Amino acid sequence: MKPRTVDKIATGIIMAVAGFIILLLAGFLSYIIIRGFGHISFDFLTSPPQTFREGGGIGPQLFNSLFLLVLTMIITIPLGLGAGIYMSEYAKPGRLTDFIRLTVEVLSSFPSIVVGLFGLLVFVNVFEFGFSLFSGALALTVFNLPLMVRITEQGLRSVPREQKEASLALGISKWKTITSVMLPMAVPVILTGTILASGRVFGEAAALLFTAGMSSPRLDFTNWNPLDPTSPLNPFRPAETLAVHIWKINSEGVAPDAREIAAGASAVLVMTVLSFNLIARWLGRMVYRKFTSSR
Amino acid sequence: MQDVGLKAKNLSVFYGEKQAVKDISLDFNARQVTALIGPSGCGKSTFLRSLNRMNDLIPGAKITGEVWIGDQNILSPRTDVVLLRQKIGMVWQRPNPFHKSIYENIAFGPRYHGIRDKKKLDEIVEQSLRKAALWEETKDRLHKSALALSGGQQQRLCIARSIAVRPDIILMDEPASALDPVSTAKIEELIAELKQEYCIIIVTHNMHQAARVSDRTAFFLMGELVEFDQTDKMFTNPANQQTSDYISGRFG
Repeated sequence: MKPRTVDKIATGIIMAVAGFIILLLAGFLSYIIIRGFGHISFDFLTSPPQTFREGGGIGPQLFNSLFLLVLTMIITIPLGLGAGIYMSEYAKPGRLTDFIRLTVEVLSSFPSIVVGLFGLLVFVNVFEFGFSLFSGALALTVFNLPLMVRITEQGLRSVPREQKEASLALGISKWKTITSVMLPMAVPVILTGTILASGRVFGEAAALLFTAGMSSPRLDFTNWNPLDPTSPLNPFRPAETLAVHIWKINSEGVAPDAREIAAGASAVLVMTVLSFNLIARWLGRMVYRKFTSSR
Repeated sequence: MQDVGLKAKNLSVFYGEKQAVKDISLDFNARQVTALIGPSGCGKSTFLRSLNRMNDLIPGAKITGEVWIGDQNILSPRTDVVLLRQKIGMVWQRPNPFHKSIYENIAFGPRYHGIRDKKKLDEIVEQSLRKAALWEETKDRLHKSALALSGGQQQRLCIARSIAVRPDIILMDEPASALDPVSTAKIEELIAELKQEYCIIIVTHNMHQAARVSDRTAFFLMGELVEFDQTDKMFTNPANQQTSDYISGRFG
């Protein structure tokens, strides 16, 4: 065959594959959203679920998901950044560093159900945090940390060496060079990683079944004292997230409108993740511009 | 401004097994431009990067010998590298302004070194830009991104950035080789201006440039110092045959 023909065929195949993937994604998204959109209303988003009757909502679950996301990120981001900075800037090449890197890789390939069981054993039982948002957040941290570390490392490595040297040559300390010159340049990469990690937190169910629990106590949304058991802000209360809720009503829901609720909840989940992505991207661009005053 | 020069004594640099710089001793005078010339891979850039301990960043690099600034051997492990680098500015081959505003590029160093007063910082920024012959072109857009400047302007900004922390010595690693002829001429003018205050050491590939800007020239070959003399003498009547061959373009 002529090289030009081969080229055309290869291009055609690649375009077809890309088109197929886009079609699949679009079909998937529209199926979930169209199926569930009709069920979404203000009432559905804010009212508590019903076990036997029709008309249950997903208010507490939606709140739990968001709150768990925030909690997890509060733990994951500092740890991930710290470890990533260490791996990229301080760790000397050698056996120990290779071993740490291998450990991180292995950690990231753990099945989430195993992470959940680990959380049950360690956080729920040994440390006696019980089925709680806090246990859930720790389990999700185990799950997300490798991603965060790797992304931070990649982000810092993507900064050109001359930028780092220019700062050091001015007599600026290594730490200040990292925080003031390198991290701002790495923000877009790190932010992408954070978005990916957040998406996983939002959609994760298996790791949360045994850690954050499958029940949500009656919440009093007027009580903002984080130490009170009925307060939504209490991190030591059990909390069913949206993804876990979908799993539960799909498998054992007895309310007559369980299917509709699952469909609606799925649509909300997907749309929340999507809008979260968009907002985070926009935010990342703004932050990058602010730090670098580029336009 | 004191008379601070720099003396290298028996300086050798190793990358793993390979010796890139072989036992070089060189004196650099204050208020003079010294050019380091030689073919690619002759060790001149490595030598230059040893003078502000930039080679510390490269894994596997090892330096032996002494480099004296006044009565301080900067290669001693007790030297505070951060303090040292404040005394020695550096300019790279490709302009590498920070991804910040023009103002921030310059104010970043002085502010870190303790100058918080806004007025004083403004003054330093203006002075540094004036010295780098960039003030007129940038005074109306100090808070715009430095990346919007042309390559030549960026390089002058990098020079302004390094003089803003008041160094005694400025190292330049082929500062004009990525620039067009007009920008190159401006950089060379600037070097002539700056040498009234600083000790300048410049690595260059361009022999004409070495002849134009430097007072003294050192010729490197295969990691060794072949000849070191007054620039006019080097270019008219070199003592060494290899120097003469290189300068007349027979190799390199």
